[in-house]
Formats: sequence, structure tokens, C-alpha cells
Amino acid sequence: MTGDVAVLGAGMHPWGKWGRGFVEYGVAAARAALADAGLGWREVGSIVGADTVRGGYPGHVAGATFAKALGWQGARVTSVYAACASGAQAVAAARAQILAGLAEVVLVVGADAAPKGFFRPAGGDRPDDPDWLRFRVLGATNPTYFGLYARRRMAVHGDTLEDFAQVKVKNSAMGALNPYARYRKRVGAEEVAASAVVADPLRLLDICATSDGGAALVLSSVEFARGRGAAEPVRIRAVSTVTPTYPNTVLDLPDIATDSAAAVEPAAETFRASIARAAYEEAGLGPEDLSLAEVYDLSTALELQWYEDLGLCGEGEGAKLLREGATAPGGRIPVNTSGGLASFGEAVPAQAIAQVCELTWQLRGEAGDRQIEHARVGITANQGLFGHGSAVVAVR
Amino acid sequence: MVTGWFAGDGDDFTLLGTRCSACAAVFFPREDGCCRNPGCAGGDLAEIPLSRRGRVWSYTDSRYRPPSPYVTDPELPWEPYTLIAVELAAERIVVLGQAVPGVTVADLSVGAEVELVPGVLHEDGETVWTTWRWRPTGVTA
Repeated sequence: MTGDVAVLGAGMHPWGKWGRGFVEYGVAAARAALADAGLGWREVGSIVGADTVRGGYPGHVAGATFAKALGWQGARVTSVYAACASGAQAVAAARAQILAGLAEVVLVVGADAAPKGFFRPAGGDRPDDPDWLRFRVLGATNPTYFGLYARRRMAVHGDTLEDFAQVKVKNSAMGALNPYARYRKRVGAEEVAASAVVADPLRLLDICATSDGGAALVLSSVEFARGRGAAEPVRIRAVSTVTPTYPNTVLDLPDIATDSAAAVEPAAETFRASIARAAYEEAGLGPEDLSLAEVYDLSTALELQWYEDLGLCGEGEGAKLLREGATAPGGRIPVNTSGGLASFGEAVPAQAIAQVCELTWQLRGEAGDRQIEHARVGITANQGLFGHGSAVVAVR
Repeated sequence: MVTGWFAGDGDDFTLLGTRCSACAAVFFPREDGCCRNPGCAGGDLAEIPLSRRGRVWSYTDSRYRPPSPYVTDPELPWEPYTLIAVELAAERIVVLGQAVPGVTVADLSVGAEVELVPGVLHEDGETVWTTWRWRPTGVTA
């Protein structure tokens, strides 16, 4: 397919709280991806960085920061910021350059050094920033939104705390097998239940941590990949970066209220579902074609929501799908084989790139102890603050 | 800080939104620039009071002290507060707010009726910052 780009290399810096600068993590991931691709840095015609916001003035211009650290060599440079979707937008920018013929090989890098505790907005009095407002006026942290979604699922679909805990049990078992994951210990349901409540009904082990980490990809044209001996490379077939459709009637971070549906009837599908649909349409395939999915499990309950939004099951059937074992290794559609954010934590500009790294390793059959058999098609799903969709479809 | 988001006292306390004169779209927090309905050519945005009663869409609480810019006294022990997302039927909108002090998640259920009351977000020697709070109907605390 002419719209494909090849994934020549994937690399990560192990995630954790390492206490070093984000540049170090990004450069380590970039060097790993270049080595995986068998390319030297000077063969790269373009670098795209997913921006890191914390740790300085708003928006470290990551593309140039990584290029400088790797050694200035005159590459085309791009820096993108889309909150949690930054990595997917970096992939989208790289893909567009390759398909437009502006570059043959593009290095995509995202890395972060996360602060302790809750994510919070930048300082100062900034009432024009919805993210600042929700903290100042309501004290509404990210976990309180996850709590709202979880409690709503319990009321509408009958999900239970045990269902949520089983998502953590599943993901921690996969993370235990992933050398790049921060948490590499299997967690039992009783440990989830024994952890402190953060935002009712969710407990500490239902909610992802903040982490340091880095991830990188080397993308190229399919022709270039073939020229380098990669006859059948993993290919990116779709990148969804859609916005919501007015009126967006699901209360989303960082908003204090939804859009009103008084004037316009809402679309039948939610924003999260539209992210997946756009990716499926662009890729020319559907949920029935998937071998695996990497979804954005900010909380255990949110992973169940993604099952439905990706069309892996019907509305309200996410917990049932989990209970059947369909999303576990060996199931019909394993989800978060990397261990997910439950095992990695959030390193915001890196995580959507890290999801594509996992698809790449799985589709190549290089995922080691967590390898899914016969993996041919994978999707990632993520959502960036302020209305950034994010999904990538990769095929082999 | 959030000028024009609410008005009135006691039983007359209401949230203030805006409504487009062309398409009748409602906005809260108030939108005073342009109508955000992409199918609307754009009308005048007039201030309207929102419904004072609604139904619980969902709820949660905050068991840990949130970071700045939320204002709390670190000298005092942390008292969790409850957050309620409330569906207003007439406006077909969901509005998030803190519950009145003393209301916990055990007092709530999805679909239960709540009403709007004024509350104090924070006060110091010079200023009292008023905010809105949701209170289950029938509760007078």
C-alpha cells in the first residue's frame, strides 16, 4: 500500500524514576533505535521530537534538543506538542514528511523526566487556561476524572472493583516480562484491594504513576527499507490524530463541563471511539483484523472503556471481555502486552511512541517472553489533553 | 478569578452560562467570543442562568491533597472533598463541582438529584472566594 511507511528501528530507555534529565533518556532511546535500524545518525534526514513541557519553560523544543545532543548534522527538524498525544503527532509528522518525499529516513524521539506526585499545571495565575482552572476552582486532579469514569461504569454497566483490579493483575503480569517497564512485579487482586483509595472508587494500584522514560523510532520509506535489506518490515498503515466532534458530551480532562447538546444532537460515537474509527478507516481494516492492542490505561477502568471504543466488544461489555480472558495473552485480542501504563507509568511525550515500539517488537516476533503468537496487525490508542486523538495502526 | 460564572445568594444563587441567539447552543463556563457550534454562522452570546437542579452523572472524591494552584493549608490535616458531575436536563450539559462539605461518596448515587448552593472555596484575611457547590436535595447541611 502506497501510504505505508516502514519502521526500521525501535528503541527505549528503561522507565522509572531515575532522577536525570529528559535529554539523556531521549538520546539513549534514539541511539537504541538507530542501532536497531542499522543506521548511523548522519544518515537520518529529519528528526521529530515530541516536546517535554515540565522541567523548564513551557515547551522544550525537543527536536532540536535531541539533534544537538546527538551532534548537529544538518537534519530537517520538527518539534510537536499535543500533551499525551505528542508521540503520535510526532509519528504523524514523520510519516507525512516521508510520504511527501521530504525525507527518506526520520528519527522520532520522545522523553520526559516526571515530577513527583500529581501532574499539575504550570505556575502563576492563569485563569485563561482550562487546565489551571480545574485545579484552582475544583481541585480536580487527573485521578478524580478517572474516578468519575470508573464510578459511571459501575453504575451504568455493572463493572466491579474486582474487574478493575483484574486489569492491573493482567498488565502487571506482562510488565513483569518487559525489561523496559518500571514495575516488574506481578500484582495480585488482593494487593490492589489493599492499596489506598486515591479517588473513589479507584485505588493507588488502579492508577498509573508518573515516570521518567524515553522511546524512539526510525521510520523510512518502504523503498528505503527494502534497499537496506528489510524485505518485509513492520509498516505504519494509519495514524489518527482527530479532534472531537461538537458537542463532546463526555466530561473530559481538563474540562469543568461538557459541551451542551441543547442545540446539536451528539454523534452516536464518542470522541475516543472516533479516534479508533479514523485509524481503522485509514488502514482499511477493522477490529476483527487485530492481533493485539496497546491502549492508554491511565486507570484500570479506562482500559475497559477502550475495549469498547476500539470495537473489541459491544458497549458495556468491556468487563465481560476481560473476564473471558480475551484481552490476556493467549486470548482473542491481547491488550497491553507491554504491561501498559500500569507497568510503565506516564512519561508524557514518550508513551505514544513506546506503544508503537511494542507493536513493532510484537509484529517482528521479537517480544521475548511476552510474545503474542502470529501477530500481524496491531493498534495503539491514546488521548491527548485538550482534544488530541491518537491511534496508530501497524502491520506486518 | 472566574468573573461572571455565577450570581445571586441563597435560593437565587445560579451558575451563569451564555446562549447563542442563532442556534441556541449553551456554554458553561461562559463563552463570550464566538459560538463554538461548527454548524452555526454565529449569533450574539447572551448571559443565561443555568438550571439549579440536576442529576448525578458520576461522582468521586480526592483522598490526597491536590497540588497548587488549589489552595489548601498544609498546616491542617487533609480533609477529602467530594466531586460531583451533574447533568442539567434543560441545558443537556454536565457540570463538575465540589459537593458541600460533609457530603461523602457514601451519600451519593448516579441519577440522584442535587441542587446548586453557594460555598466558600478559600478565604484569607482580605478576601473570601465564593464558588458553587452541589448538595443532594433534601439535605440542609
